[in-house]
Amino acid sequence: MTAGQSGMARCINLAALQVLIQLLAGDGYAVIGPIRRDDAIVYDRIAGITDLPAGWTDDQGPGHYALVRRGDDALFGYAVGPDAWKRFLHPPVETLWRAQREGDTFTLAAPRAPAPRYAFLGVRACDLRAIAIQDRVFCQGAYTDRSYADRRRNAFIVAVHCGGVGGNCFCASMGCGPRVDAGFDLALTELVDPAPHRFLIEVGSEAGAAMLARLDSEEATSSDLDLAESVFKRAASQMGRHINTRGLKELLQTQPHHPRWDEVAARCMACGNCTMACPTCFCTTIEDHGSIDESSAERVRTWDSCFTLDFSFIHGGSVRQSASSRYRQWLTHKLAHWIDQFGVAGCVGCGRCITWCPVGIDLTEEVAALRMATDPGSTVSHEHP
Amino acid sequence: MRHRPRLAVWKFASCDGCQLSLLDCEDELLALTEAIEIAHFTEATQASLPGPYDLSLVEGSITTPVDAERILEVRRQSKCLVTIGACASAGGIQALRNFAGIEDVVATVYPTPSYIRTLATSTPIAAHVPVDFELRGCPINKAQLLEVIAAFLAGRKPAVSSYSVCIECKRRGNVCVMIQGIPCLGPTTHAGCGAICPAYRRGCYGCFGPMESANTTALAREWQARGASSLQVNRALRSFNAAAEAFQTEALRHER
Ligand code: SF4
Ligand code: SF4
Ligand code: SF4
Ligand code: SF4
Repeated sequence: MTAGQSGMARCINLAALQVLIQLLAGDGYAVIGPIRRDDAIVYDRIAGITDLPAGWTDDQGPGHYALVRRGDDALFGYAVGPDAWKRFLHPPVETLWRAQREGDTFTLAAPRAPAPRYAFLGVRACDLRAIAIQDRVFCQGAYTDRSYADRRRNAFIVAVHCGGVGGNCFCASMGCGPRVDAGFDLALTELVDPAPHRFLIEVGSEAGAAMLARLDSEEATSSDLDLAESVFKRAASQMGRHINTRGLKELLQTQPHHPRWDEVAARCMACGNCTMACPTCFCTTIEDHGSIDESSAERVRTWDSCFTLDFSFIHGGSVRQSASSRYRQWLTHKLAHWIDQFGVAGCVGCGRCITWCPVGIDLTEEVAALRMATDPGSTVSHEHP
Repeated sequence: MRHRPRLAVWKFASCDGCQLSLLDCEDELLALTEAIEIAHFTEATQASLPGPYDLSLVEGSITTPVDAERILEVRRQSKCLVTIGACASAGGIQALRNFAGIEDVVATVYPTPSYIRTLATSTPIAAHVPVDFELRGCPINKAQLLEVIAAFLAGRKPAVSSYSVCIECKRRGNVCVMIQGIPCLGPTTHAGCGAICPAYRRGCYGCFGPMESANTTALAREWQARGASSLQVNRALRSFNAAAEAFQTEALRHER
């Protein structure tokens, strides 16, 4: 449902946004939203709108992130930060089970407390897609990841349309934004200027409709709708990066020896930041630990990365020894093999891997360079050493 | 009661910090002494039982002719030899002598240099005898030490990862300080500390030495692109793990 067509779009003011947060908390949700911490905008528990980073935006580039003041008091006037929502839905460290020795036998206990009920405030279009992608990975294959599925089922999502976008954003290239289209309970479009500061609010689910009914809202005027439309247009026109996805899967899958892989490997440190920051990367490793007295053991699952040597360790050693083979694994998985595996690409164009790569490696630039060898019509310069 | 494996803890050139991590395991110490027999650990007890030992933990680097002999005997007496800490695994901070003239160093430190019998270099244990496992860190992480001992007792591989500090840093939810302008060694440093320094908004100091495939050249280039001087790169790599290969080689490129 989009604002323009439904005729049902409504507006809420700042006070109603505050009430929304309080109602969600009152309903037992842990409300998670953007806050300013350590000179960045990260997602954490919020109690009300004063926790939101009013008047801040972010300046992002390859290996670069800085907060800067905006000229207004927008609450959501920035792009995505270092954290993805996977930190909550697919936590970085999770104990899967514990075992306790009792005489000659042992008991197994899944230490799963009831799954937390999260309400996410401020989920952008790219991140909604990323959540949908992780849903495919964890819930729609032959086996369901129960703890992910429980957390996901419980989640209430308040999406926010991007007003201004970041320097590393390319969701439009990936067909994942900037307009929010599905996968939310409520969606907000922030309208700051002209006053009053308000939000166009759209309903995406029954739970969302029930929540909206509890808020003070007004029917959106046609000028509200026009203003929202200009917000969408501005965001779409501001994409900092671009990927040409035409034939990209075939290109990547037929270039295993392209010299660019070695060239990027000279810059890449195989540190794994890109995979950790990526909202769709789902890989984990399993560690088993036992106590010194051998009375108990536990199995822990932690985020892993295809940039580690252990990731491809099989009998005899690691398959992907070279940094070039590891970078190739990452890029080809995200943009090509993922499509074979899950029917969609594993990249939503959020730009996090570009911002949070300590040496500023930019996958859009790598793709353009890989394309050069096969597509002389492309406009990006070829940078072989 | 089943046979308790016999543990020995040895000290070479070091500050004792890593051995102290073992004594620091207060909650687990009782279980530890029930599971293993502490046969030699002078930091904890004067009593010393003769070898052989099932597990030897070796702290410190080799810096004297006497120690170069002593480590051979420790190896002979040990079924399994695990080095603990940056000194034993990489030569330690004292390996800075490797990059200076030993006479100058001795003359600077001691009033009567003629009393001193020392080697020109500080070298890791693995440069002298085969090592079964190297536990990194300056100092080591006591949780990892317990993991290594528990794994030894259970006959399994320790769950100790050799990837970058960045992976721990991201898991912990730190905002990357390097991206925000603070030079950080995390991308090329071996995990194990849990990314403590970035959690306190400091760059990683490299206490755990180079990670499994450390591209220190790329990191140094990036530091310089962000304004660090060659001297700063050199100094950062020349600390507790100065003699570890990936750090040593890159630091040399930034020698005045
Ligand atoms: S690959 Fe990069 S841009 Fe694409 S979704 Fe992952 S982090 Fe975002
Ligand atoms: S890119 Fe690497 S870490 Fe990410 S999902 Fe693929 S294999 Fe896993
Ligand atoms: S691309 Fe960047 S973030 Fe990813 S592993 Fe390489 S250096 Fe690290
Ligand atoms: S702060 Fe340092 S250790 Fe943490 S991710 Fe950034 S570069 Fe890596």
